[in-house]
Amino acid sequence: MTDYKITGVNLVIEKNSNVLLGPMSFELSNSNFIILLGQNGAGKTSLLRLLHGLDYPKSGSLTWEPLIKIEEQSFVFQSPVILRRNVLENVLYPLILKGVPRPTAILQAKDWLDKTSLTQKASEPALSLSGGERQRMVIARALISKPKILFLDEPTVNLDGESKLQIENLLKQAVSNDTKIIMATHDLGQAKRLGDVVLFLHNGKIIETSSVKTFFNKPQTVEALTFLRGDILR
Amino acid sequence: MSDLFQGFVQALMLIFTIDGDLYAISARSLQVTLTATLIATLVGIPFGAWLAVSNFRLRNGLIILTNALMGLPPVVVGLLVYLFLSKSGPFGVFNLLFTPSAMIIAQIIIILPIIASISHRTIRSLWKEYRDFFISLNATRWQIILTLVKDSRRSLITAALAGFGRGIGEVGAIMIVGGNIDHATRVLTTAISLETSRGNFHLAMALGIVLIIVSILINFLMHLSIKSKYEQIDDRL
Repeated sequence: MTDYKITGVNLVIEKNSNVLLGPMSFELSNSNFIILLGQNGAGKTSLLRLLHGLDYPKSGSLTWEPLIKIEEQSFVFQSPVILRRNVLENVLYPLILKGVPRPTAILQAKDWLDKTSLTQKASEPALSLSGGERQRMVIARALISKPKILFLDEPTVNLDGESKLQIENLLKQAVSNDTKIIMATHDLGQAKRLGDVVLFLHNGKIIETSSVKTFFNKPQTVEALTFLRGDILR
Repeated sequence: MSDLFQGFVQALMLIFTIDGDLYAISARSLQVTLTATLIATLVGIPFGAWLAVSNFRLRNGLIILTNALMGLPPVVVGLLVYLFLSKSGPFGVFNLLFTPSAMIIAQIIIILPIIASISHRTIRSLWKEYRDFFISLNATRWQIILTLVKDSRRSLITAALAGFGRGIGEVGAIMIVGGNIDHATRVLTTAISLETSRGNFHLAMALGIVLIIVSILINFLMHLSIKSKYEQIDDRL
């Protein structure tokens, strides 16, 4: 099992002199599936990007124990990055960057296309895929290099129920294959179905950290309660 | 109107009677411009890509300079290349003046900023889209450039075609450095210029039509070679 501990101390992220996140301190360790919950603009994406190393904090410190390098992690963006290539080439791309011989990379990519029901689309240009297919392709591409941690930013937003279910099954398989997941979502049902731990964010701060069960049954903050009721948070 | 018509008829006659001089001049035009385009492409695309993904203090200045050089007057380029290659110039020892090589050098200088600038803009826009993905994969600068060039290859071929178009129709610079010497440095554009000054409008017109046909043919062949499923997808989107 991959053990990890991520410790953030007094972290602040700013963009154009506006504070997007923080100041916040936290400790995340060893949960299989962490869910970042919160309204739009709560800071979920900023926190994911900070954890993965896509953005740097203006102040504070972020430490990993042990260090899991960025290339041992994967990130699935809310708007999937689609390479102008066919589906197979998209999926095998991370392996090629890591220097895996092409024939081996092709075999592995075909295996992942099979797992994601995209075999028929292997030689199609990736841009021609539907929304659900695109997300399955980028998740296959994220998992092909067997990351220790996978970050996902709203991977099922705008997808229909069937596509959502397919992706959730892929994520469950990834967890059973020893990949830890940290995912942002505002889909409460999905958080319940998949998560172990919930980090609830509001106005750029983590205001509640608890197990999924506790969060949904006995939220500790007024904001979380309001959010769970479906009311608008200010 | 009659000049146009007669020029067209004469062009067809020159083409179909396999006029030796016409074919030699056309071949030289193609040889000079295709060589210049190839070299400018091999230099311009990597330079444009490097400019697109790099971050350094003089980057903006270099972009402005590259864009400004797109409008470089060919006659001035010709004059500068002439001065450099003439006997008393720094490269006079190579005896390149009034040779096709001199014409290629002049055309490279004219074409290079066009290809570099278009490549930079094309690759930069794709880089913005891919940037976070590259960081996430910890890709090296070299891997990033190779991926971007590969994924924007169709637009980059268009950049090369723009350079080719500028080169094949260029007359000022190659007239100065090539000298329009019969059977040596005469190309379609300099021949048109000569025949016009001699009053042989039909022949000049015929050569002009051949020039246009050659230009369209090369563009057509290049587009045909890159026509793929990707293009159809892009057209749909």
